[in-house]
Amino acid sequence: MKRSHTFWALLALMGAWQALAMVIQRPILPSPVVVLGVFFAEIFGELGGHFLASLWRVTASMVISILLAAPAGLALGQSQRLNQIFAPVIYLLYPIPKVVFVPIVALFLGINDLSKIVMIFLILFFQILVLVRDQAEGIRPELVYSVRSLGAGRRALFRFVYWPASLPAVLTAVRQSIGTAVAVLYVVELVATSRGLGYYIYIHGSTFMDYSKMYAGVLAMSLLGLGLYFLADVLHRRLCPWQFIR
Amino acid sequence: MIRLEELSYHYPSKPLIFERFSLEIGGGEAWAVLGPSGCGKSTLLYLAAGLRAPTAGRVWVNGAILERPRPSTGLILQDFGLLPWATVEENVRLGFKIRDFYGPDGKHAPETTPPAVMDERVRFWIERLGLEPVRGQYPGQLSGGQRQRTAIARTLVLNPDLLLMDEPFASLDAPTRENLQKIVLQLRQESPLTSVIVTHSIEEAAVLGQKILILRNRTNRSAEVVDNPEAGGQGYADSEGYRRICSQLREMLGETA
Repeated sequence: MKRSHTFWALLALMGAWQALAMVIQRPILPSPVVVLGVFFAEIFGELGGHFLASLWRVTASMVISILLAAPAGLALGQSQRLNQIFAPVIYLLYPIPKVVFVPIVALFLGINDLSKIVMIFLILFFQILVLVRDQAEGIRPELVYSVRSLGAGRRALFRFVYWPASLPAVLTAVRQSIGTAVAVLYVVELVATSRGLGYYIYIHGSTFMDYSKMYAGVLAMSLLGLGLYFLADVLHRRLCPWQFIR
Repeated sequence: MIRLEELSYHYPSKPLIFERFSLEIGGGEAWAVLGPSGCGKSTLLYLAAGLRAPTAGRVWVNGAILERPRPSTGLILQDFGLLPWATVEENVRLGFKIRDFYGPDGKHAPETTPPAVMDERVRFWIERLGLEPVRGQYPGQLSGGQRQRTAIARTLVLNPDLLLMDEPFASLDAPTRENLQKIVLQLRQESPLTSVIVTHSIEEAAVLGQKILILRNRTNRSAEVVDNPEAGGQGYADSEGYRRICSQLREMLGETA
């Protein structure tokens, strides 16, 4: 996939939006030109503040999940005994739609940034944990033997084999869960907060009936998801170049 | 160089592969271990490499009981021994990186090698094994022969005194295999290296092994060794002696079939 192809796809989507807006001719679907105008006017003002609040929540949860889930996944993938203990627990927890925990987490942690960060963390944590564990588990014993024969003990194996082998799994997990993470971000920002893109979209759509602003908020949230996805993709190519050779 | 003393080994809930098995491999000797699959020849190599611990008995290498892989033993496996995320050069340098990682603690790294010497040795072995054109490539981009030469270079930069090889050329095509066998023979002539190669190929054992250990698909209690002193000499693979050894080995292995 080439960059230019992505650009043309973006242009085509904008065109379709414009056409649809012209056909429908109602305030609930303003044209992209109007929305982009509002977006650029607002992003350096009110919308920008909400964007930063959302960005902070999703980035913080991503960093925390990577820091906790990657080592845990590595440990489980390396030790059969640990994995035997935890595998059934993970098996039960992994498929649960974590978004149903929103009210529970809010009850326990209150209605603040922490509970929102914890919610997104719950989603990312299990994704990363499972992918990293499977990756570490799949490392060929021959590779471990030959690196051990070069003098590596447990620490060096971790540094030179398990960690680099799991890095792509971390980045893949992050990329795959960004969509869900941003969706849940929207949900948690609907409840009991006055900061964040979720709140901005909701308040302008349902209370102020300012549809252009609502769409600008939707655009900002899409860009947030897209930007993070793009970042994960770039990091993957940078840090794991061997996976992209032909 | 290697002394197996009354060695016994079995995998969990499997019958014994070795029982009170003793063997002595002298310094500078070139051994081949030959036998059918499942006879324990790779296991023997892993025991000698310190990657597995014997169920009973002892493994001595260079006068010391072996408890963990020793830094001056080189191990070359059939495949999958290279780091897929590291270039040829980074793979060749891996042993030095691991030594740096620990520092000179006497356990993982025997000596400190000055960085200039490391660079020099890495460069030397990359050139010597013809890897210069692919030094920046990843294992996934290499041919089987280039991969195996990278593995050999990675082992030899560390100046091993003992080279253990587990079916190193089994997955390669015939010309590549012969080329690499030649390299091993040359290396042996240049340095007082002790080498043990595990193989299921009678011809390979006869070309590379001055002593050939035969293992059977049952509990191995004593060492059956065939002497093959001419191995490694010029034109040996075309000689009458080579053919005689091959048919002798074939007969010996046929007995158990």
